[in-house]
Amino acid sequence: MTDLTQATPPEMPGEPIVIGERRGMFGATAGQDTSGYGGLVVPIEFPGASARPYGGWFDAFIDTLAAGLEAEGTAYGDAVQMVVVDRGEITVHVAREHLSVVARVLRDEPALRFEICTGVSGVHYPGLSGQELHAIYHFLSITNGSKRIRVEVGCPDADPHIPSIVETYPANTWHERETWDMFGIIFDGHPALTRILMPDDWPGHPQRKDYPLGGIPVEYKGATVPPADERRAFN
Amino acid sequence: MAADTTHATGAAEEYLDSPTMHVSGGDWDDLVDEATALHEERIVVNMGPQHPSTHGVLRLILELDGETVTETRAGIGYLHTGIEKNMEYRTWVQGVTFCTRMDYLTPMFQEAAYCLAIEKLLGITDQIPQRASDIRVLMMELTRISSHLVCIGTGGMEMGATTVMTVGFRERERVFRIIEEVTGLRMNNAYIRPGGVAQDVSQRAIDLTREMVPEIRRGIRELELLVNENPIVKGRMVDVGILDLTGCMALGITGPVLRSAGLPHDLRKAAPYCGYETYDFEVITRESMDAYGRLRVRLDEMYQSLRIVEQAVDRLEASLGEPIMVADKKIAWPAQLSVGSDGMGNSLDHIKQIMGTSMEALIHHFKIVTEGFRVPPGQVYVAVESAKGELGCHLVSDGGTRPYRAHFRDPSFNNLQATSIMCEGSQVADVIVAVASIDPVMGGVDR
Repeated sequence: MTDLTQATPPEMPGEPIVIGERRGMFGATAGQDTSGYGGLVVPIEFPGASARPYGGWFDAFIDTLAAGLEAEGTAYGDAVQMVVVDRGEITVHVAREHLSVVARVLRDEPALRFEICTGVSGVHYPGLSGQELHAIYHFLSITNGSKRIRVEVGCPDADPHIPSIVETYPANTWHERETWDMFGIIFDGHPALTRILMPDDWPGHPQRKDYPLGGIPVEYKGATVPPADERRAFN
Repeated sequence: MAADTTHATGAAEEYLDSPTMHVSGGDWDDLVDEATALHEERIVVNMGPQHPSTHGVLRLILELDGETVTETRAGIGYLHTGIEKNMEYRTWVQGVTFCTRMDYLTPMFQEAAYCLAIEKLLGITDQIPQRASDIRVLMMELTRISSHLVCIGTGGMEMGATTVMTVGFRERERVFRIIEEVTGLRMNNAYIRPGGVAQDVSQRAIDLTREMVPEIRRGIRELELLVNENPIVKGRMVDVGILDLTGCMALGITGPVLRSAGLPHDLRKAAPYCGYETYDFEVITRESMDAYGRLRVRLDEMYQSLRIVEQAVDRLEASLGEPIMVADKKIAWPAQLSVGSDGMGNSLDHIKQIMGTSMEALIHHFKIVTEGFRVPPGQVYVAVESAKGELGCHLVSDGGTRPYRAHFRDPSFNNLQATSIMCEGSQVADVIVAVASIDPVMGGVDR
């Protein structure tokens, strides 16, 4: 039996995940200087790994997932990097080489039976070195009372490969094409990974953070309004 | 014809003396023989993206053997407007005006999914006033009726029945009269806002709704009498565009298409939001798995939506004057709207207060309108039952005043994947009916 708590020791929840830092004059939440003239540097902290008990049905879900993976010959600790419970939702961070088996267990294990994958969405974190591109899957189990889970898979920008789960979830065909189109994540094993929203010969992947929004200045009553990404921001 | 005219097509006799070219030799003759030997009329036809029957700019690539469709592929992307990318450059509140334009027949659902997701990120789901939730339910159900009416109306017109279209659009106008009275706009309302709704539902709007509901019900009944047992409608729709439950599950199909295969899955019942669990309505299913079943599911769902509308209106009348926006002034939009002589705009009382009496109120107004509010880092996924199926909103915040990533799982985008399996093996004419029964709206598909 694998030590289920290997990735997340119960007494020690993981550190928040810092994806970058925010600089500027706005949004002070800590410290005395609220004027902003000191130049704020605030780390952007995403919720880190959660500790057991996760609460609700999440513990039973993780146990069943671990048993299912075990039956398939995959160690839970290898496949699942961490579990994050935040805002009543559970996110399972899966190592990309084990995504296929995790997807199969999620669908086929009777106690899990996530029969619908409602698609994959990408997120680009340029500040997360080695894990810049994330593919985020949402699963829905109608059989087990409309439970939802999220599976997050990271891959480096230099090697943007993630195995396709179209074989298990045919519904993901277009969603994976969209994520390839918008983020440049290559889903290995996809039957026809072509662009879907952008033209076939389009250069670049528009939803990445290093891809400019574009736009032209608009003249209105004598004044000029710059495009949205060049306007003054308070972010 | 004179020889010096500049017409492109001259008289044929002018060229009688010129040499004639023939292609022969090599393996050309073999190729020609091979093609003739097959005796096939196999052609590939691009239906769309400008075909009037493909619901906007959908491109269907059909491989035809005579009149039979042997292979179908759907090409999308012609209406991609980069809404998700644009939302990353606007504040959380401004995002509402963007996502409402995705699926332009169901604006309220995108707004609701987006705002529910923001509220979940903020952790204020419990603080949303009851009246705001009731208004959201009212607006979503009205939108469901108008979306179904367009689906049935345009679907009828694509089969050649103009009256189905005129009745559908006539009833949709009645729905729009209510929506316009409440929000000021017929479509692209940007009415549901993070924390509540943009403005209150007046007694006048409640009276108008009460007046309209029986008329809409009569109109739907008229539509039913027109199509339900109509031999042409049944001839065109029964056993067309078949997709069984297994196919629905494999392709992640939700909404009326799934319910026409017999599974009573409806997020309003399965995972209620906005207080749907307190409303009395039924989930409609059919067993026929075909386009006709989907038509009947939609017709019956409109009656159920009218039931919810009536219940919501009763609650709104009882809760007149209660708040419609979260109490937290750091999130709630400061200005109230009112109707003036030149249309809808900021309420004069509010302008008077911030410009004349309270400098702090002016600063607050300025800050929250230009800068917006901050949302703690993290991600959520919220799904609502749109008229077309599960509409999901995946939001990621990095703690800033703008979404770090906003992704919409549009039901039409997913459901369009079923085009191939529904159409292959059928007649060309059935393709139109099958696609219409999915009810795709390209604004939502391409975003």
